Amino acid sequence: MSKIPLQFRHNGREVAIFVDGGTNLLVALRELIGDMTPKFGCGQGGCGTCSVLIDGELHLSCLTLAETVAGRSIETLDGMKQGPNLHPLQRAFADNFAAQCGYCTPGMLMAAKALLDRNPSPSRDEVIEAISGNICRCTGYEPIINAILAAAGGRISA
Amino acid sequence: MLELRKDIFADERDDNLKEIGKGTQRQDMLGHVTGTSSYFNDHKLQGMLHLKVVRSTQAHARIRRIDTTEAERSAGVRRIIRGTDVPVNLNTLLSLINFGKDDEPSLAVDKVRYKGEPIVAIVADSEREAFEAIARVKVDYEPLPAVFDVEEALSPGAPVVNETYPKNTFTYHEVYDHQKLRFGDADAALATADHVLEQRYQMSPIEHAPTETNGAIAAPDTNGRYVVYTSTQALFFSVDTCAKILDVPSNTFHFIGGTVGGGFGGKVDTLTEPLAILGAMLTGRPVRYVFGREEEMQFGPPRGAERIYIKDGVMRDGRIVARKIRAYFDSGAYTRLSSYAAVKCAAHLPGPYTIPNVYGDVYCVFTNRTPATAMRGFGVTAMDFAIECQMDKLAHLVNMDPMEFRILNAYRDGDMKAHRREAKNTALIECVQVAAEKAKWPLREEYKRASSRKDGGGSRAVIPPTPTDPSRARPAAAGQQRTSYDRLPPTVTREPPREPPPPAPPPPSPRPAAPSHGATRFSSVFGTRRR
Amino acid sequence: MAVTVKTFASASEAAGALSSDRSARYLGGGTLVMRALNEGDVSISTVVRAQDQALARIDASGPRVTLGAGVTFARVLAERDLAFLHAPARSIGGPAVRNMGTVGGNLFAPNPYGDFTVALLALDTTVAVQGGFGSRDIGIEEFLQARDRQAGTLVLSVSCTRPASTEAFRYRKIARIKPKGGSVVTLAAHLPISGGRIAGARIALGSMAPTQIRARAAERALEGRSLDATTIAAAASAATEGTSPSDNALGSAWYRREIIGVHLRRLLSGQE
Ligand SMILES: Cc1cc2nc3c(=O)[nH]c(=O)nc-3n(C[C@H](O)[C@H](O)[C@H](O)COP(=O)(O)OP(=O)(O)OC[C@H]3O[C@@H](n4cnc5c(N)ncnc54)[C@H](O)[C@@H]3O)c2cc1C
Ligand code: FES
Ligand code: FES
Repeated sequence: MSKIPLQFRHNGREVAIFVDGGTNLLVALRELIGDMTPKFGCGQGGCGTCSVLIDGELHLSCLTLAETVAGRSIETLDGMKQGPNLHPLQRAFADNFAAQCGYCTPGMLMAAKALLDRNPSPSRDEVIEAISGNICRCTGYEPIINAILAAAGGRISA
Repeated sequence: MLELRKDIFADERDDNLKEIGKGTQRQDMLGHVTGTSSYFNDHKLQGMLHLKVVRSTQAHARIRRIDTTEAERSAGVRRIIRGTDVPVNLNTLLSLINFGKDDEPSLAVDKVRYKGEPIVAIVADSEREAFEAIARVKVDYEPLPAVFDVEEALSPGAPVVNETYPKNTFTYHEVYDHQKLRFGDADAALATADHVLEQRYQMSPIEHAPTETNGAIAAPDTNGRYVVYTSTQALFFSVDTCAKILDVPSNTFHFIGGTVGGGFGGKVDTLTEPLAILGAMLTGRPVRYVFGREEEMQFGPPRGAERIYIKDGVMRDGRIVARKIRAYFDSGAYTRLSSYAAVKCAAHLPGPYTIPNVYGDVYCVFTNRTPATAMRGFGVTAMDFAIECQMDKLAHLVNMDPMEFRILNAYRDGDMKAHRREAKNTALIECVQVAAEKAKWPLREEYKRASSRKDGGGSRAVIPPTPTDPSRARPAAAGQQRTSYDRLPPTVTREPPREPPPPAPPPPSPRPAAPSHGATRFSSVFGTRRR
Repeated sequence: MAVTVKTFASASEAAGALSSDRSARYLGGGTLVMRALNEGDVSISTVVRAQDQALARIDASGPRVTLGAGVTFARVLAERDLAFLHAPARSIGGPAVRNMGTVGGNLFAPNPYGDFTVALLALDTTVAVQGGFGSRDIGIEEFLQARDRQAGTLVLSVSCTRPASTEAFRYRKIARIKPKGGSVVTLAAHLPISGGRIAGARIALGSMAPTQIRARAAERALEGRSLDATTIAAAASAATEGTSPSDNALGSAWYRREIIGVHLRRLLSGQE
């Protein structure tokens, strides 16, 4: 058994797991930690639904070799809620009809969070750029862009 | 944002409804934004194995030999499944409603009919080990001539794609090789039309590309049953399909579906469930079979390609007097749902227009392409694309505004449709009017005043005499213009001041008063419902 | 058999491990290596990593700029002194791909990728590589021509001379999806001006051949001339010479040949 020990912070909590060589972070999160919020849509970097934040930076977990996150801090949608309350982005997505099947939503929310954490009042173009690596096949991008702008504009309170 | 035009057909609607016409939150929205909505793949099962399939590299070939000896010895391999292991290795989806013959194996045995067809399934401890074993399977093919074009597939001497249908066409009612629609005498009307425009349209296959790929997880349960988490869009349909293929009663399965990560029609074919369950049956372990993105895009069923010929006869005043259509649905190598799509397409002719003479032949054809399936706008999307392109060209030909041209020819309440049902609850005219208004497209007064509820019926409600014999070619009227369309303005001169076209005779009796509550403007292929 | 991951502290050790194992692949940002593993590429059985800080170094203070192979596009974009490379860096992927993808990996990215490398080719970059026997510098053209045979060598860094002015270096990528998407064609031009005349023009094209190539005929049409309409027209009409584009899902070879001259003209005349 060539299991490799791996430790990192997962939504603020230290976790320790054993991974197989070559395992990607998406599989590690879903199958070894049980955080099902990042989704598999392609495994090719093309859809963005597996997006997570690594040390605050947006990364594609499907293209991240699990071992490379040793000692780093991972945020997923599972850690977005603020206690029992929705994060303003979650509230804004719900209020603006920014999800249909919901499969792209975890990645969209993480991409949006990566943007707002650095740039609390982005322009529309900056929002478009920030989610340009995320594909939504159902909803159409307008409601998603509007939701992110609404969250940024503080028109949505948590 | 959303705008409801309640001024239109206001008298037919009860606005005291609690939900309809009001914004409401999706019941699954909270799950979506918190990531707790549960998709088929969000289940972590103890000891889960992974299933991958060996796919054909050939579009059409006889399989001489499948050698899995090396793959069997590959690390982590639990089970190799071949066609002979599948209890009922021949199925067609719509056999559940007695439509079509079983023509598609779960795993190919003696022949492959499209590139990407599954031949062998490998169940292994990890995906990586399944991939390694796949690389060790040797398939010896004898390539056969392949056909990728619907019309070539129908020409004499074309390779037979699917032996169940040796003419490369789906068979309707055990006899017919196409869907036929005859209403009036299109050939006679074409012969007397001022202009005849014949055009060819085609559409490529379209992949649904759902963000979640197709997949299923099957796990042995107590009492010899199996729990199946699936991405299916059609849960009960999938249950019965699996019961048939695996030759067990359907209560053997506990299917859990629900939240689908985008389907659009691409998740009705039950492609992953039967093999995942069979894998679980043969290994006694949970088995997951999920398409990779490349598999989804290349071998997941698309909306099929179509080729459409339209020949229309139009008068100088803009009335379309005849529409003749020949359409070919490319079903790919097997029947999934194109057979049924062709039926819907035929029922849709000639589009939402009242044309007194309509002639349609719609074929469902087999080629060596990926089997095609349902997609939103099932059966009518490509046809509508063709018809609406044709409408623009016809308007141009008779020097009419394209919006007004559509209003002129639109069906109205009381008109007879080509499939011999009275048109009810029509609303094309109002749609065009609103579209014109939104686009700031000027419409002349009489077209603004047109209504779906006026001027329909009467002579427009008559079923015309329809010849059943193969009609002889008729000589064209002297002075008829036959057009192969080019983008230049038409050169023929016509009466310049455009009179409003003669309205069809008024309906013989006033339209019955509409009921006072909602849900009346709904009609389907199967007839019109009024509550 | 699971994949074996070998992590080394120094670049030279990693280079040693790479050169001795044909099934080993170096992991830069992983955007292409992990993708291959996810899609079931069983030819990769070892992944080699190096945690050498030298690979992540940026030296942009002087006229000669050096980027470690492990520098990501996001870091290029964060560096004000690298403004001339911002357009190519920004043209790659979405934000996550720019946070992950590296300059070194881009040198190996097949069509429709490798946009940053188009810029590097126009800038006459030197590539520092470490083989089994030590490190050496090679010109980027030579590097690209032998790219298929570079497996087993580790790229340490790339370096180039900073263009004299913003006008002197131009970049343009044509994609079907904006702001993301693979390249239909990519163009970069380095146009040093001396006494009102172009001296030492370098034009590089992406997706016009199996690897990034120089448009030598177009360069000749520019050499020694002022950048006026006649010169630009001559260069544009020579753009296809020596190219061998192929068909892919983003565009056909025919289409690429048709448009490359149009875009070269726009690039040279400073049109948007
Ligand atoms: C969704 C998506 C969008 C993309 N869009 C673009 C785009 O618009 N433009 C573009 O150019 N590219 C694009 N790419 C491709 C890719 O991300 C970039 O080319 C990136 O620069 C590759 O770098 P990497 O570090 O991730 O490479 P890796 O995946 O780590 O490596 C790629 C190859 O290079 C080799 N390699 C990497 N570093 C070294 C080194 N130091 N020495 C020797 N060999 C090395 C690896 O062994 C491997 O063979 C995209 C990729 C994805 C998934
Ligand atoms: S699953 Fe990672 S980008 Fe699609
Ligand atoms: S909501 Fe279905 S993919 Fe975005």
